[in-house]
Amino acid sequence: MSAHADTHAHDDHGHHHKETFVTKYIFSQDHKMIAKQYLITGTIMGVIGIIMSLMFRMQIAWPEEPNVIFEALLGKWAPEGVMDADIYLALVTIHGTIMVFFVLTAGLSGTFSNLLIPLQIGARDMASGFLNMVSYWLFFLSSVVMVLSLFVEAGPAAAGWTIYPPLSALPMAQGGSGMGMTLWLVSMAIFIASSLLGSLNYIVTVLNLRTKGMTMTRLPLTIWAFFITAVIGVISFPVLLSAALLLIMDRSFGTSFFLSDIFIQGEVLHYQGGSPVLFEHLFWFLGHPEVYIVILPAMGLVSEIMAANSRKPIFGYRAMIASILAIAFLSTIVWGHHMFISGMNPFLGSVFTFTTLLIAIPSAVKAFNWITTLWKGNLQMNPAMLFSIGFVSTFITGGLTGIILGDSALDINVHDTYFVVAHFHLVMGISALYGMFAGIYHWYPKMFGRMLNKNLGYIHFWITAICAYGVFFPMHFIGMAGLPRRYYTNSNFPLFDDLANVNVVITVFALIGGAVQIIYLYNFFISIFYGKKAEQNPWKSTTLEWTTPVEHIHGNWPGEIPHVHRWAYDYSKPGHDVDFVPQTVPLKDGEEELQH
Amino acid sequence: MTALLTIIVLVFILVAIWQMVKIFDLAQARTENTQVATDKDNTINGYIMMGFLAFIYIITIVSIVKWGDLPLLSNAASEHGSTTDNLMITSLVIIFFVQTITQFLLHYFAFKYKGEKGKKALFFADNNKLEAVWTIIPVIVLAGLIIYGLNTWINIMGVDETEDPLVVELYAQQFNWKARYAGADNTLGKANVRLIDIDRANILGLDEADPNAQDDIITTELHLPVGRPVLFKMRSQDVLHSAYMPHFRAQMNCVPGMITQFGFTPTVTTAEMRQTQEIQDKVANINRIRVEKSEALVAKGEDALDRYEFDYLLLCNKICGKSHYNMQMKIVVESQEEYDSWIKEQKEFKNSLSN
Repeated sequence: MSAHADTHAHDDHGHHHKETFVTKYIFSQDHKMIAKQYLITGTIMGVIGIIMSLMFRMQIAWPEEPNVIFEALLGKWAPEGVMDADIYLALVTIHGTIMVFFVLTAGLSGTFSNLLIPLQIGARDMASGFLNMVSYWLFFLSSVVMVLSLFVEAGPAAAGWTIYPPLSALPMAQGGSGMGMTLWLVSMAIFIASSLLGSLNYIVTVLNLRTKGMTMTRLPLTIWAFFITAVIGVISFPVLLSAALLLIMDRSFGTSFFLSDIFIQGEVLHYQGGSPVLFEHLFWFLGHPEVYIVILPAMGLVSEIMAANSRKPIFGYRAMIASILAIAFLSTIVWGHHMFISGMNPFLGSVFTFTTLLIAIPSAVKAFNWITTLWKGNLQMNPAMLFSIGFVSTFITGGLTGIILGDSALDINVHDTYFVVAHFHLVMGISALYGMFAGIYHWYPKMFGRMLNKNLGYIHFWITAICAYGVFFPMHFIGMAGLPRRYYTNSNFPLFDDLANVNVVITVFALIGGAVQIIYLYNFFISIFYGKKAEQNPWKSTTLEWTTPVEHIHGNWPGEIPHVHRWAYDYSKPGHDVDFVPQTVPLKDGEEELQH
Repeated sequence: MTALLTIIVLVFILVAIWQMVKIFDLAQARTENTQVATDKDNTINGYIMMGFLAFIYIITIVSIVKWGDLPLLSNAASEHGSTTDNLMITSLVIIFFVQTITQFLLHYFAFKYKGEKGKKALFFADNNKLEAVWTIIPVIVLAGLIIYGLNTWINIMGVDETEDPLVVELYAQQFNWKARYAGADNTLGKANVRLIDIDRANILGLDEADPNAQDDIITTELHLPVGRPVLFKMRSQDVLHSAYMPHFRAQMNCVPGMITQFGFTPTVTTAEMRQTQEIQDKVANINRIRVEKSEALVAKGEDALDRYEFDYLLLCNKICGKSHYNMQMKIVVESQEEYDSWIKEQKEFKNSLSN
């Protein structure tokens, strides 16, 4: 008990319980185990999502050609190996849903917020270990429901991941809008509950459980990013929940929130007075902050990894925090840029163009600060560092085209074309995935006590990096040529025949890029058991998580929780012999604490 | 059978990867093997960074050269289209400029400052001047883009009723388009999907009692007189659709329960557009591709593809169900006389009803 005699009330739980297999590995309340559970569930969902994307990419490149893979995986949806148009839309829909929510929200933020918040702020666990466990199991349940929806008789949800009504509301409009959509909505409602429990826990933990000396301005940028992400999540996810509930009401109880004046399959429906545009507002009030919920944690991870591997302080620590805050604030007032041509008043379009283009400013500050962090560094090219540099590269490439899409006058012509697909995949899909990979390579030793194989990491990064550009760079051009997204085949438009070869190039890159992930999965799972044993602080980092023992213990530190005496970025500080000074080292006589 | 084959192939691939991995591991066993980057790793990856920078530049150049002149970027066929295109080109130039410089700095630094044992990095945590510079420069550039963009937007979306635009309704349903012309009075009759009467061929739900509806004309092709402003009123009867007319730089969603609008002035007739060099090149290229494809089809005993001739198109650009990928309508832009004689041949609403 002396180990935590000095500490906070939350230390009471857990320590004296005898751990069984079930409490240690399944219904664990230890944040480190929950982080691993999030990561592995997210990985499995990611594999499903990526396989789906490869299937519909093959359909786009070789439309309506028989394919043994379709026959094996899609069954009745691919008669004689030819993909059905309904299942094409379902694959696109579920791919989007899984990647955005299950992989890049839960898999990324869930994993690293859980792992790093207590370890980096010096807490023994989350504020509520029990809620944390409930949060994970709700996520698991929602994943199960989403996967089950794939096996529904009439097909899974197929109205696009944005599930705009009336298409998503009327089973007669589309096979997937029956039971498949019901399960989609149920799954998302559970997911949102999980996300809210997680977010509240992160916020409370960061605010209340920081160790002595860990002021807000000494927090690593990872924690700032997770903290602000959680705040955005708490603000915006409930709005999606309300949209989902209203849609359920429209679908099942005959209300008309989003529906009005509909004539379909020979009959007039009773709905009157609702508006699909209302749904779009509610959806994007979450939907846009959601892309920052996805990207901010990746930014936090990358900032931390870049500093550690450059052996330099992150450049402009305060500007980095300020830009996170600015992005978070702006993210809640830009949702209308998804709706310039929805029928919304054009004046609103002007307002949203203005706020949207403003986001480029904090984003530019971040990009320049990362680049400056590399300048005159002593760069250690670990796989995590490569993924971090890759992150900055794709974030810039993808982010720049946001200037076009955020400009209402230009959006008219590229809205819902492949230009949009290219833009958001680079800026939030690939970038966030790189951030996640960077985090996994960097904190794997902390999670599993073993090292990932670096050479496999190098192969994984370089082939992935080439394929990511190979897929999404040419895609901008077919978008600018006017090719709409979500077309099952383009062969009904001879106008687009000259784009067919570009689509083949894209698909080939996608297939290679997808196959390379097998190397990563192999590395990940094999290294859990056979990886090289990790040292306590393999990357020579300054932050608190590397002061805990390699072997996981409940409560994180065997003795007292260390106290913090300096900010998180004293790398290569003049006046010290080593090129990193951990946060736990007191300032020397006369040493100034430089934190900005 | 094929499923079994697939599984066997997958198993072989996995075995191959497993074997490859073993080789990597063996190759690694002789080094000190801490799985932390060594100076050699830093050097090699530093060089690959420069190679990757070259790759980014090459893929940019190849994309621009091969696909950058896809004629939808140029050749706008509406009055506001050229202003949109100018804004687009301005934005693209800024983007490529910033992209080229920032990617260079990022990858060059990654190469230049690759780590060496014993070297110490520069402790450089902050510089207010530098940060002010790269905050203010984006502010200025974006302020310019915002003003330019908003001007263009207001110009496009503003409808000038004094110009006496031709009023046309675009009507969307799963999975086709109809156009409704307002007739001699240029006023669309009232309509609601509740009034649809398939038996009487009142397919768009026009109010049969409304005098304005009597001379309305419903067509399955969209004909527009060149040079006259058109004001489209969009309706949908079932789900969301989007009326996308890329050649005219025009798009607006069709929303059940409300009427949306978009206006533009077509400036190039279909016949003129077919004569332009870009379109002729594009059509020739497409037909060469179609001939190649046809040869393969004929060899399989299927029909050859038709020759492609250029036409303006209206496409559905909002996911709307199974046949979303084939929801289109031909647009013909022609002289006022040609338009007049075409519209005269179409049936007015009052004459199109069947008892």
